[in-house]
Amino acid sequence: MFHIHCPYCDEYREEEEFHPRGQAHLARPATPDTTTDDEWGGYLFFRDNERGIHHELWVHSVGCRKFFNITRNTATYEIHETYKMGERPSVTAENLPDSQHQSGVQAATSGWQTVGARPESASLNQEEQV
Amino acid sequence: MSNIQEFDCRPDSQQGAESSLHWSYQNQKPRSPGQNPGVQIREHALLGHLTLRGGAIVLDEAVRDVLGTTLPSRPHAINQNDAGTHSIQWISPDEWLVIVPGGEEFSIEAQLRKALGDAHFSIVNVSGGQTVLTLSGEKALEVLMKSTSYDVHPLAFPVGKGVTTTFGKATAIIRRPAEDHWELVIRRSFADYIYRWLLDASAEYGVTTS
Ligand SMILES: [Zn+2]
Repeated sequence: MFHIHCPYCDEYREEEEFHPRGQAHLARPATPDTTTDDEWGGYLFFRDNERGIHHELWVHSVGCRKFFNITRNTATYEIHETYKMGERPSVTAENLPDSQHQSGVQAATSGWQTVGARPESASLNQEEQV
Repeated sequence: MSNIQEFDCRPDSQQGAESSLHWSYQNQKPRSPGQNPGVQIREHALLGHLTLRGGAIVLDEAVRDVLGTTLPSRPHAINQNDAGTHSIQWISPDEWLVIVPGGEEFSIEAQLRKALGDAHFSIVNVSGGQTVLTLSGEKALEVLMKSTSYDVHPLAFPVGKGVTTTFGKATAIIRRPAEDHWELVIRRSFADYIYRWLLDASAEYGVTTS
């Protein structure tokens, strides 16, 4: 059970009062008329699946009904900070000390997000060659 | 003056108006145990409820003029006028709940609209959508502790505080307007559920209803 600090109510509330709404800081392409299909597709459908520090959008749906952001470690469930809409995170994967960054996170080699991914699954993840 | 069309939901008299708990009263016998019930539940039916939205700076002066109390700017604060008849509660950084005696809501809405003029704001009369229950008695706190995950200990929940939170499997606004009682602002659609929940949770302490 998370105990989440709502930056608008300025106090901790039970997790059941909140709903997660996915990745935070998604910028809508500034010039939709000239945006390529690839960029639109990325903006609409493709999300990071971080193992470690992740910035998420949440809503305090049973309380003040405001949206806000959480910086959370997806491997340890630790919440580093919550901050209001329009603000930037003070904790990021880049500025977190290495020791903390790695706590509980098994770093996967060769770019695989899933630790222990078997070599044969590599072919499934490669783009189909035409 | 904004060009919003207003209309009075309850013209002339309260005749024919039914509280959110009308149906519950048909189905639940009034409770009246002997001496010293631990909990008293009382409905303040058909009060005027207004949802006021806008920036605090925009609303503050109009609220002071019309309601006789300042706009609470701190989270979860409730301000009341001197007589305690009119209250305004912080709901969110740009939303407040105004509760006034039944029948006054339409004229208060009109006065606020007049005072706010063309400012950017919204007032919605939600009187028909919710009702107020008061809980008192020495076991009222125990009943609240069973019902919500919010910390209702007097140290964490001083007089003058009100929060929107979970209540049973529904949601409610829990308020502490005075030392000796608690208030619940509950939605019409949850009213029967919460009323029966309260009767059930209070049964072991003895409960009276009115
Ligand atoms: Zn909140």
